[in-house]
Amino acid sequence: MSDVLAVTEHRRGELRDVSLEMITAGRDLADQTGGDLHLAVISGDVDDYASQVNREGVDAIHTVEYGEEFNHDVYTQAIEQLYAEVDPQYLLAPNSVNGMDYAPAVAEGLSLPLVTDAVDLEADGGLTVTREQYGGKVETTIDVEEDHAAVTIRPAEWPVAEGDGDADVSAFDADIDESEIKSTVTGFEEVAGGDVDISEAEFLVSIGRGIDEEENLPLIEALVEATDATLSSSRPIVDNGWLPANRQVGQSGKVVTPDVYIAIGISGAVQHVAGMKGSDTIVAINTDPNAPIWDIADYGIEDDLFEVVPALIEEFGGEAPDI
Amino acid sequence: MKILVTVKEVAEVEDEFEISGGDIAQQYLEYDLNEWDDYAVEEAVQISEDVDDVEVVTATIGPERAEETIRMALAKGADRAIRVWDDEIESAGKLDVDTKAELLAGVVEEEDPDLVLTGVQAGDESNGATGVTLAEKIGFEWAAVVNQLDLDVEGGVANVHRELEGGVEELTEVESPAVLTIQSGINEPRYASLRGIRQAQSKPLDVQTLADVGLDAGDLESPLNQTDMYEPESEGDATVWSGDAEETAGELADFLRDKGVVEG
Ligand SMILES: Cc1cc2nc3c(=O)[nH]c(=O)nc-3n(C[C@H](O)[C@H](O)[C@H](O)COP(=O)(O)OP(=O)(O)OC[C@H]3O[C@@H](n4cnc5c(N)ncnc54)[C@H](O)[C@@H]3O)c2cc1C
Repeated sequence: MSDVLAVTEHRRGELRDVSLEMITAGRDLADQTGGDLHLAVISGDVDDYASQVNREGVDAIHTVEYGEEFNHDVYTQAIEQLYAEVDPQYLLAPNSVNGMDYAPAVAEGLSLPLVTDAVDLEADGGLTVTREQYGGKVETTIDVEEDHAAVTIRPAEWPVAEGDGDADVSAFDADIDESEIKSTVTGFEEVAGGDVDISEAEFLVSIGRGIDEEENLPLIEALVEATDATLSSSRPIVDNGWLPANRQVGQSGKVVTPDVYIAIGISGAVQHVAGMKGSDTIVAINTDPNAPIWDIADYGIEDDLFEVVPALIEEFGGEAPDI
Repeated sequence: MKILVTVKEVAEVEDEFEISGGDIAQQYLEYDLNEWDDYAVEEAVQISEDVDDVEVVTATIGPERAEETIRMALAKGADRAIRVWDDEIESAGKLDVDTKAELLAGVVEEEDPDLVLTGVQAGDESNGATGVTLAEKIGFEWAAVVNQLDLDVEGGVANVHRELEGGVEELTEVESPAVLTIQSGINEPRYASLRGIRQAQSKPLDVQTLADVGLDAGDLESPLNQTDMYEPESEGDATVWSGDAEETAGELADFLRDKGVVEG
């Protein structure tokens, strides 16, 4: 009754890091509730995944063999049945794109309150979940006033679990109703290829919505030219079609690890940070002193980019275009 | 065919703000159409332009103030709008995902759409869960984080791309009726034309109460209670260069030279 059940994630034959992070979050939570940590491993080579997630602190691993890849109709049925069997107090799932695709349905199906994108969990008596709002400008705490709950946890927020475990691994015989499978995954497609590989670059000048209009792009291009940098961006720039998809840094774009990353007019939303926090040195140019980018910046200029960038271009002997 | 698009008016926070009474104080908030809903509206309107006999209806939970945002969606081509609100909803305070989905389910029951489009998330609360919760409530199929949609109206199938992490897309077929949560970048949302804005004034905007969507005050009770809001302690210890733009740019230039990433 006070156990924790966490659903692991894999894709195209590879376990995803968030599975190991969830073990850390789940163990910590189970310690507070005084219960066991159970993991669910669904679809694909479940035995292989089970051995990979068999880390210190895991008490039981339940494998559900069914299909190769994630399918939310299968996941939803399997998790609901496993939940009934394990009878945990809390259900954890990753706040990944796939987590977003099944966790709300499972919570609804099981009549569990759902709190998404947790950055901290505390179970002192009841459950208190910390999460962010307004693009990371504020944090809130949410008290769950029911015994049971489902929570999705933010990727890369907890450390990955280390150490070999000796969990009970058992096959769970889920009774999947095929007539209830109404979505079919037909394949995968890699996007964002192309001429430039920003993940190889050592110096990235990256622009966000702060540049306001496509007409302002030549200003940034002049900086890129004067400094021999590589140009990258946050998502809205690509969404607007101002730069191609291979320039996007972030969760759904590329992970970059340059020596220097200059974030110009980028707020630092979590999905952006996911792609660039491994940069050696991060420099922010942003007018907003409360923008989350300041949490990870090493250096910064709190000023209007339209003032700073032309001055910077001049520093390197370039000429700022009239815009 | 009828497409229902959920449209949320979200609050955006000014650069400097204060928190009072458990939320950001009103005077620091500006309201706008949720970024992701804008893409959902555009997708629906594009379908209505491609396929015969498609009606696009928007559904919003929100106070009267939200009508400005709703008119924007109407100006962009939605045919009519529904806004759910009354005193009881007002006094219930912050609504959780389940309650919002419950209210929207009431609208779906009334409207009986073939397709429901929602944004992936709302820019203010960022729960990212209302669409899929709604789907499960109303017994529709669903797909979350859709960045490409090809609708086979005759076959009753939505062929979608779901945008996964790291530049990978999943190709999925979903049986309709379905709820799709729409990711930004799926299309290019149009600006409302002056003509559209004028026309929007005369399009129907129907206000419904809790009772109209078949619920009562008991349905607004939530097991989730927001107990605190605060500015996160900055983990950052950034060195912030000060001075006018010439000075700060000079500091940054020196830094880049010292680091050896830029010559000259
Ligand atoms: C499932 C999912 C996946 C996502 N994947 C990604 C991803 O891979 N990459 C990504 O980037 N986003 C991603 N996002 C979107 C992300 O949530 C944010 O919306 C996005 O990162 C915001 O981009 P931005 O910082 O450029 O814009 P904003 O958040 O609008 O920030 C603009 C910043 O510019 C500053 N500014 C404005 N004017 C000026 C000026 N004149 N001078 C200086 N500063 C100025 C503002 O203060 C603000 O901080 C994803 C979202 C979802 C839901």
